Amino acid sequence: MAAVDMEVRDGVDRETIETVQAMSGSYKYGWATDIEMDYAPKGLSEDIVRLISEKNAEPEWMLEWRLAAYRRWVKMEEPRWAMLHYPEIDYQDQYYYAKPKSMAVKPKSLDEVDPKLLATYEKLGIPLKEQYILAGVEAPEGERKVAVDAVFDSVSVGTTFKAELAKAGVIFCSISEAVREYPDLVKQYLGTVVPQSDNFFATLNSAVFSDGSFVYIPKGTRCPMELSTYFRINAENTGQFERTLIIADEGSYVSYLEGCTAPKRDTHQLHAAVVELVILKDAEVKYSTVQNWYPGDENGKGGIYNFVTKRADCRGDNAKVMWTQVETGSAITWKYPSCILRGDNSQGEFYSIAIANNAQQADTGTKMIHLGKNTKSRIVSKGISAGRAQNTYRGLVSMHPKATNSRNYTQCDSLLIGDKCGAHTVPYIEVKNNSSRVEHEATTSKVDEDQLFYCRSRGMDEEAAVALVVNGFCKDVLQALPMEFAMEAQSLVAISLEGSVG
Amino acid sequence: MTIQQAKADALAARLGAGAEGQGGSTQQSWLGAAQAAALARVQGMGLPGKRDEYWRYTDPSTLNVPKALSAALFDNRGEPRPFSAVDRLKLVFVDGVFDPAQSDSLALEGIEIERLSQAAANPSHWAAGLYGTLEARGQTPVERPFAALNTAQADEGVLIRVTGKPSRPVSLIYLRKSVDCDAILHHLIKVESGAELTLLENGPAAARLSKVMEVEVADKGRFHHVRTQGRDHDRRAISHIFARIGAGALFKSFTLTANGRLTRTEAFIELLGADSVAHIAGASVGDGDFHHDDTVFVTHAAERCESRQVYKKVLKNGAVGVFQGKILVKQGAQKTDGYQISQSLLLDDDSQFLAKPELEIYADDVKCSHGSTSGAIDDTALYYLRSRGVPLKQAQSLLVLAFLAEAIAEIDDEAIAEDIRGRLEAWLHRHEHAGNGQ
Repeated sequence: MAAVDMEVRDGVDRETIETVQAMSGSYKYGWATDIEMDYAPKGLSEDIVRLISEKNAEPEWMLEWRLAAYRRWVKMEEPRWAMLHYPEIDYQDQYYYAKPKSMAVKPKSLDEVDPKLLATYEKLGIPLKEQYILAGVEAPEGERKVAVDAVFDSVSVGTTFKAELAKAGVIFCSISEAVREYPDLVKQYLGTVVPQSDNFFATLNSAVFSDGSFVYIPKGTRCPMELSTYFRINAENTGQFERTLIIADEGSYVSYLEGCTAPKRDTHQLHAAVVELVILKDAEVKYSTVQNWYPGDENGKGGIYNFVTKRADCRGDNAKVMWTQVETGSAITWKYPSCILRGDNSQGEFYSIAIANNAQQADTGTKMIHLGKNTKSRIVSKGISAGRAQNTYRGLVSMHPKATNSRNYTQCDSLLIGDKCGAHTVPYIEVKNNSSRVEHEATTSKVDEDQLFYCRSRGMDEEAAVALVVNGFCKDVLQALPMEFAMEAQSLVAISLEGSVG
Repeated sequence: MTIQQAKADALAARLGAGAEGQGGSTQQSWLGAAQAAALARVQGMGLPGKRDEYWRYTDPSTLNVPKALSAALFDNRGEPRPFSAVDRLKLVFVDGVFDPAQSDSLALEGIEIERLSQAAANPSHWAAGLYGTLEARGQTPVERPFAALNTAQADEGVLIRVTGKPSRPVSLIYLRKSVDCDAILHHLIKVESGAELTLLENGPAAARLSKVMEVEVADKGRFHHVRTQGRDHDRRAISHIFARIGAGALFKSFTLTANGRLTRTEAFIELLGADSVAHIAGASVGDGDFHHDDTVFVTHAAERCESRQVYKKVLKNGAVGVFQGKILVKQGAQKTDGYQISQSLLLDDDSQFLAKPELEIYADDVKCSHGSTSGAIDDTALYYLRSRGVPLKQAQSLLVLAFLAEAIAEIDDEAIAEDIRGRLEAWLHRHEHAGNGQ
């Protein structure tokens, strides 16, 4: 078996080189070609799944798990219920594996970093020191296959934190490393929150996920620092399928940050991630995302197709989860971070800002599934549409018969900037017991003229005034973000709306 | 088997029962042509299945079955029928067939009333070319196969053209004598420019009723609609209103639903002229194995229009209340004021409230909001009333009535509103409830 695989792999490498050669010159933005990539052949098949598994040096059980997902995926249909319009995705016209050829290209200093990247960060208003931290914390020893992690993988930062984390007993590594080093934990929890059969994109991810992060916080431990992953899609025509698994054991606490960017390309790229959070008794997880994948140009050319399944399972009593997301990027966003409130007194919170400008389309929201008694959930969603963009909040609040004395409060506000965009709200509310209270409120309006006028009369230009008013509109969510992210998010709000007025 | 195939099979089974898919009118008449077009429409859709998104919360299978399930007749124990105190022109249908003997004379100043089957013989009738077209418009963006099936099959109904301001409301009364009748009714109402009509509807109608009402309100026309349905526990009913509203016109509809095995009430309302107003409201009360589904779709296609959807449901002993409401604001429909509220009061743990209140907005200078809540009777309010010496059951009734008041307030005619209030009080009295573990 292994021999056959090796043969395939040899063939792959040859083909890879040919493909890369054939493609060179078609890159629109030169800086992305700096890193020599190792690709699997285009398309998806059992062989590719085997190849990914082999490249990650995975044990047999992991391969079987992937193959089971793949076989299921082949029979599934892509969901079409979201208010998203995009051309048919050709799943055979994608690379499912791409890795920089050598991690030796890791730059030793910031001077070697692509200046465009630095400029991007500068525009985001993150001081250099913070860039290091945001990008560097996660990347464990060059395991990451994508450029920015390699670029920002400052050894000193990584090492320091790793030692500190190990002291606390926290495991923080790539999922491929975890499969090898902590197979029992992975086996016990992987796919238990988002099963292989969950949905089309999650099943695809289960088959082909290449990497991602793994976190385990031991009993009674408060993670000594915030953990962070910075995702970057770099290679062209390559789908990214990362998988994150976080386990918060009894009485533990962790705050996790996630950031995403991608270079400008005029073709669409696929991103289908899965995030699973397992939260045991008395534990708490805060998960914050700033999603700034390349949104495509103003005519909708290029951009990331972002199909993400995120779910938290509050398994024990008094477990708590808080999802905070700032969604500014991606041509298409399809994402519903959810909370299963299984334990009694467990709590789920969802704070979201979704900004869609130009030709972007976002269909995002959450699910709050109340199963345990006295469970509480809170949803605050702020959707902003500008240009010709479409922004949809889609959510479910479900109170099961046994979830007595539970409580939900939902607030969905939409802001429209310009008369060509759309804002939509599609909530599902299912109440099956009478001691629970569910409240849902939604409003749609445009940027307040009086507020704009006030800002203008104080000498602000229109764009700055809109950015300020919008930031005010988003305040409830921005306040829920950790410090560093709140800063980044605030500047992102302004950048995302550039060109939306006047 | 694909979902589409299952839908087509369900339709074939349903049509097979009647030997032919189309109503009795010949192709040559305008009615026959409308029926043939509708038959083609429904054949393109099939009948819905449980996996249909639009039937997520309501199982359509008893509406799909070829033959209506029989429903025991309901004895209302001599209780006065709705609107009996209101001076009105009565049109009576028995088991879905118009009964001239029990009905009033159709002559009334400012209004023309005809039976559908008779009007079909007149090729230059005002309804020719209008009948069935509002239903056809209502098939996008969401398919409503039961409405198309209704148009394809209906031979009975009334055509009402309002040219002035008739002195009394027109009242459609649906009596039922048979335990298994499967009635199909299709009404068309045209309110001409500046005219005004109040239309009342009540009665159990049939073991299974399919009803479509198409309403065209021309510029500055006014249309008021109040209906009561239910009390007839075993019956099943699906009814649709398709309304098209002109500039400066007013459309108001209120529905009281009580019990009933299955009641699906759909409304598709388009505000096509500037400065028009549409209010649609519903109060429903269910005690037992009953299922009420209100599915509303309001489209704002012109500037400065106002719409309100107000739905209140009181449920106990396993009753299920469904609300699927949508406000669609089209591009250019600036200065829209859209409001939607759906609330349920669950009086025990057996009942369910399932809601999908949607907004879809493509214009920026709008004010749209919706709210949805579910919960039990407020203990604090109950405690306050009891501390003032109000007995428990009376206090509960008061709070339930207060809860329903916002929907009833949508009825403009005070005498009719009082009639509805009286019926609700009587219902509460009959179904003395125990909320909050009392």
